Amino acid sequence: MRIDPTHGIVGAAGPRVDGLAQATGTLRFLDDLAYPDMLWGKILRSHHGHARIVSIDTSRAEALPGVHAVLTGADLPVAFGLLPVSQDEHALAVDKVRQVGDPVAAVAADDPDVAEAACELIDVVYEPLPVVTSIEEAVAVVDEPIHGEGPRDNRHREVSLEFGDVDAGFEAADHVREDVFFYQGNTHAALEPHGALALVDETGRLHLWSSTQVPHYLHRIAAKVLELPEHRIRVTANPTGGGFGAKTDVFSHELVAAKLALVTGRPVKIVLTREEVFYCHRGRHPVLMWFKTGFTADGRITAMWCRTYLDGGAYGSYGAASLLYTGQLQTTTYRIPAYRFQGARFFTNKPACGPKRGHGTPQPRFGLEIHLDKAAEDLGLDPVTIRKRNLVRPFSTTVNHLRITSCGLEECLDRVVAASGFADKHRSLPPGRGVGLAVGAYMSGAGLPIYFNDMPQSEVMVKVDRGGLVTVYSMAADCGQGSTTMLATVVGEALGLDPGDLKVVTADTDLTPIDLGSYSSRVTFMAGNAALEAAMKLADLVLTAVADELDVDPDEVAIGRGVVTAAGRELTWAEAVRIAEARWGLLSATGSYKPPKDIKGDYKGAGVGPSPAYSYSACVAEVDCDPETGFVTVEKIWLAHDVGRAINELLVRGQVEGSVHMALGEALMEEQAFRGALHDGPSLLDYKIPTVLEMPPVETILVESVDPEGPFGAKEVGQGPLLPVMPAIANAVHDALGIRVDEVPLRPDKLLAALRDLERGGEGRYGPTKLPDYEFRSPLPVEPPPEFR
Amino acid sequence: MLRLPVLRHAAPTTLDEAIELLAAEGTMLAAGGTDLVPNLKRRQYPEAKTIVSLRRIPELRGIDLLDDGSLRIGALTTLAELVADDRAAPALREAARAVASPQLRSRGTVGGNLCVDTRCHWLNVPETWRRAAEPCLKAGGDTCWVAPAKRFCWAVSSTDLAPMAIALDATVELAGPEGRRRIPLEELYRNDGMAHLTKAPDEILVALVVPPLGDRRAGYRKLRRRGSIDFPILGVAARLGFDGEVCTDARLVVGAIVSAPLRLPQVEALLEGRPLDAATIRAAAEAAGKAVRPMSNTDLTSRYRKRMVPVFVRRLLDELVGASGATATS
Amino acid sequence: MVEPQVEPVRLEVNGVTRRLFVAAHRTLLETLREDLGLTGTKHGCELGECGACTVLVDGTPTLSCLTLTVEVDGAEVVTIEGLGTVGDPHPLQRAFAAHGAAQCGYCTPAMILTAKALLDVDPEPTRTEIAEAIAGNMCRCTGYLPILEAIAAVAEETR
Repeated sequence: MRIDPTHGIVGAAGPRVDGLAQATGTLRFLDDLAYPDMLWGKILRSHHGHARIVSIDTSRAEALPGVHAVLTGADLPVAFGLLPVSQDEHALAVDKVRQVGDPVAAVAADDPDVAEAACELIDVVYEPLPVVTSIEEAVAVVDEPIHGEGPRDNRHREVSLEFGDVDAGFEAADHVREDVFFYQGNTHAALEPHGALALVDETGRLHLWSSTQVPHYLHRIAAKVLELPEHRIRVTANPTGGGFGAKTDVFSHELVAAKLALVTGRPVKIVLTREEVFYCHRGRHPVLMWFKTGFTADGRITAMWCRTYLDGGAYGSYGAASLLYTGQLQTTTYRIPAYRFQGARFFTNKPACGPKRGHGTPQPRFGLEIHLDKAAEDLGLDPVTIRKRNLVRPFSTTVNHLRITSCGLEECLDRVVAASGFADKHRSLPPGRGVGLAVGAYMSGAGLPIYFNDMPQSEVMVKVDRGGLVTVYSMAADCGQGSTTMLATVVGEALGLDPGDLKVVTADTDLTPIDLGSYSSRVTFMAGNAALEAAMKLADLVLTAVADELDVDPDEVAIGRGVVTAAGRELTWAEAVRIAEARWGLLSATGSYKPPKDIKGDYKGAGVGPSPAYSYSACVAEVDCDPETGFVTVEKIWLAHDVGRAINELLVRGQVEGSVHMALGEALMEEQAFRGALHDGPSLLDYKIPTVLEMPPVETILVESVDPEGPFGAKEVGQGPLLPVMPAIANAVHDALGIRVDEVPLRPDKLLAALRDLERGGEGRYGPTKLPDYEFRSPLPVEPPPEFR
Repeated sequence: MLRLPVLRHAAPTTLDEAIELLAAEGTMLAAGGTDLVPNLKRRQYPEAKTIVSLRRIPELRGIDLLDDGSLRIGALTTLAELVADDRAAPALREAARAVASPQLRSRGTVGGNLCVDTRCHWLNVPETWRRAAEPCLKAGGDTCWVAPAKRFCWAVSSTDLAPMAIALDATVELAGPEGRRRIPLEELYRNDGMAHLTKAPDEILVALVVPPLGDRRAGYRKLRRRGSIDFPILGVAARLGFDGEVCTDARLVVGAIVSAPLRLPQVEALLEGRPLDAATIRAAAEAAGKAVRPMSNTDLTSRYRKRMVPVFVRRLLDELVGASGATATS
Repeated sequence: MVEPQVEPVRLEVNGVTRRLFVAAHRTLLETLREDLGLTGTKHGCELGECGACTVLVDGTPTLSCLTLTVEVDGAEVVTIEGLGTVGDPHPLQRAFAAHGAAQCGYCTPAMILTAKALLDVDPEPTRTEIAEAIAGNMCRCTGYLPILEAIAAVAEETR
């Protein structure tokens, strides 16, 4: 049901409800918590990329004065993993370490100096094993695979699907093009290092605080690994100092802090160093990819074949989903009548990759948008035309059975092209300067939960006290994206109240009803809908009671800004709720959200990609390239984003600008690279996050397609705007210099290599040329939806 | 959390006292501490026992204009103070401004930047990491991972100030147990990543003395990925004197290539005694590129950094020829 | 373990004289957060690379993670707690909230203190000067643009 805002609360650009708490330093992050009798935990980590643990002797550490507990893998033997299909991690290594930085043992001590000294006294004997650090190595059969026993390759998961007749599509094409791309891995680098604090409370229950985006999953996994019933554990997610997906997995330090608290009976805190954060990772997968697409002479896609190879690192993490995401969302921007997707994820002895802003989709989006630009050139079309010929239509179904509803993609494209003057600038700027275009789409929440169940994905409770204070309860974790403000705004709009006047209780498994977590851009859509339902029910209770009390027709009672009006009379909100409480008793209401069931296909893998709604973005980048140094200066970014409806314009613009910043880093300088199994530089000096001096001006254009199912029509904005920026920059570099750098980051040395190639009569390209020697199994044929038959 | 190792701290108030303290084993000299503290936190100096802070020695402070027009810059002068002092050559101020970030310039000192320890991506890494690699030569091992063939440390000189100050023909005053001495700044350095300073461990850099620029021109260009925070991965500094169109004296120094700032006399010779037309500058730039061999020890590839040398030299020289008194940073 | 050397230290923190005994190897970051409970000062790297631990020492933005507490004996230290409160915020604090200059809020205290030091010496900075002043403070969320706006707005207000 479409509900339009009437109170001017949704759509305003007010401050975050926690804005002043942030600005005064009073917002309490994890490491800001402390207890007088608290112990400090520290984890000893592997300095081997791959090794068998022969023995661990903790006796010297235990004997050190000030040490209260020492744990090893034997103390936490239960395997876990965020996805049910990937139960391959241990809180502390059992038998084997698989990456530099794997947790091996842990201590709790009176102070950090003692904790560190104790770690030094733990004697671990390792038997080093050969390391596998690339996809090329991972496809080979080895005696000692990273997981499992006996000779085999290091493949983790494989997918091979075909929707429609791809070969026939290529046959029918006037032009077929193939391209190979590489997307280097990179990491979230949220400014706050991860941390956890645990204690056993006065009732004997475990209370675990963490800088996590997923308190519910942490709750489940803590119960499993600690072998405690869920009701004996309370998890509280602190506001996180940046998430971006970094804190959507469950980590060793959370489980270890909990175990240390259980063992010692004292509060225990563990806060990671920046180096440890780099080892936790779960960031962007390095992906090698290959696209083959058939086009008609006028640029219509006849068929597409996409292959992806993911370097997954040492553990499964979200990888099974990440793998599917590298193939599933190509169809959400362009109508692809026949589509074959084959992908494989491999284990390597490096920190595990997982979900980072855009989860699995920025890599293929980078490839696809460049691939299309190249095809446009082949066909003598401009970049706008080839995209327009193929745009997905609103309210349609894709060949892989994704349901498309509201879609402002064409408007995004038109507006960004107009605002940037793309048509006049493309191929017309002076040498060294160029413009590039790309589009993207992202999910407003994953359609399916991570573990199979039929319960709602998000539930919200609202309660009103006699003074009129409305309290909203939701497990949604604010990782900076503003979910708390969103909840206050949605409920505030429904009840005519200023968001700052509401109280929002979040992210506590004891106090708040379920929300699956701040991942997959799901919170505005799902928690927002649950909050809206609860608020509408509450409004109804108030309106009905007032109508009865004043003996007027219910249609004559309405909610205004801070008031309830009834047939010419005006009650304050507090007066109205007292009438309602007298009538109904405790004034509260609940709402729940479950995505519709008909948004997915029926095939293995169909669970990844469906979403109740997709956001759309289009981006133009203008660059100035120095052909002698290879440095790329991004002069300006224009980004149009279809957010459905902006619940809070300030926050929406903030997500767009923040996405551009993160994308800029991915495009030009950030890389989670390795020397063998060693991270190339696990520090914020060596890992290059753009500073303010690299940040270009951003012109943000909001497109409001008003989604029929989103709360007040809203869709996501946290991740989608990042997607088109990297390929837009790469396409702009091509426009500027005539070269193609078909991988990120577009480092200056790569630009120079491409320029040299051009000078020597080559095609002026830098990028991968070969695919690994790996045979996919033959694709599983999936019948396309009727409209494609 | 990343803590400092347990250390003692001494804060002498006179130079003599400081020199005496430095005679002991495991003393680490600290001025602003912006280089020392991160290195200590990464456990790069296992021998460290005591920090000897110079901050309470008044003699090390202040910038004075000497009678001969030279500027004497006390070693404890912060980089921010130098940037703000309009008596200093603009090129020197620009080089100081190119260092790190605003916070590090307001704490970091001139003496500290001149003495900043050589860096390497096998060394300036956290402790778990360093253990994962066999320790390199400078970390107490047997092999330099940058160039394993030779038992030599290639850690790279990472000062922005030194190349510029050498180009400006600066000298430094040192104080030690034997008394005071003053040497050309160039002689403070030695191309050895393990021991890049020629001064004795118990000698203290007291001041940098920079002669007046006169009507010469000088400038500095820095290569780094970001406009802030990053160390140089190439620095080019030059000072040129002219008689009419003819270049009468040239000093050209490249930084962040080897373990010491590297003066390029063979390139200077190509510039001196002739007008600096485009062909001359190009030839000098090419010669500079041929003269240096960066190693794979810091950000971006050694090959790329080598290719940037002629580009940066040419651009700097072009700019100095094009504008009188110009300074440049990029 | 080596016995730490403990020294008496006097600090003027947010206008209050604090006398402490501090281990010589303890940083100002640790003293402020752990000994004085002033947790508004954050840390992102503890190596001087991110700027999140910036406080004002005698008015100058200083990385507390690289500063030994014993080295700033006698100094005047201002942390974010010294600027204002939710009920009575400093103009910069109000502007940061109003302009969306904080998303996760983790870099915010350092960013505000750095901006305050700039405005104290240069009440009318250009956009370039503002950017250069905060070039040592990383923000991972906002793309810096609303931060520049918020600081410029406060400069504009006081003009």
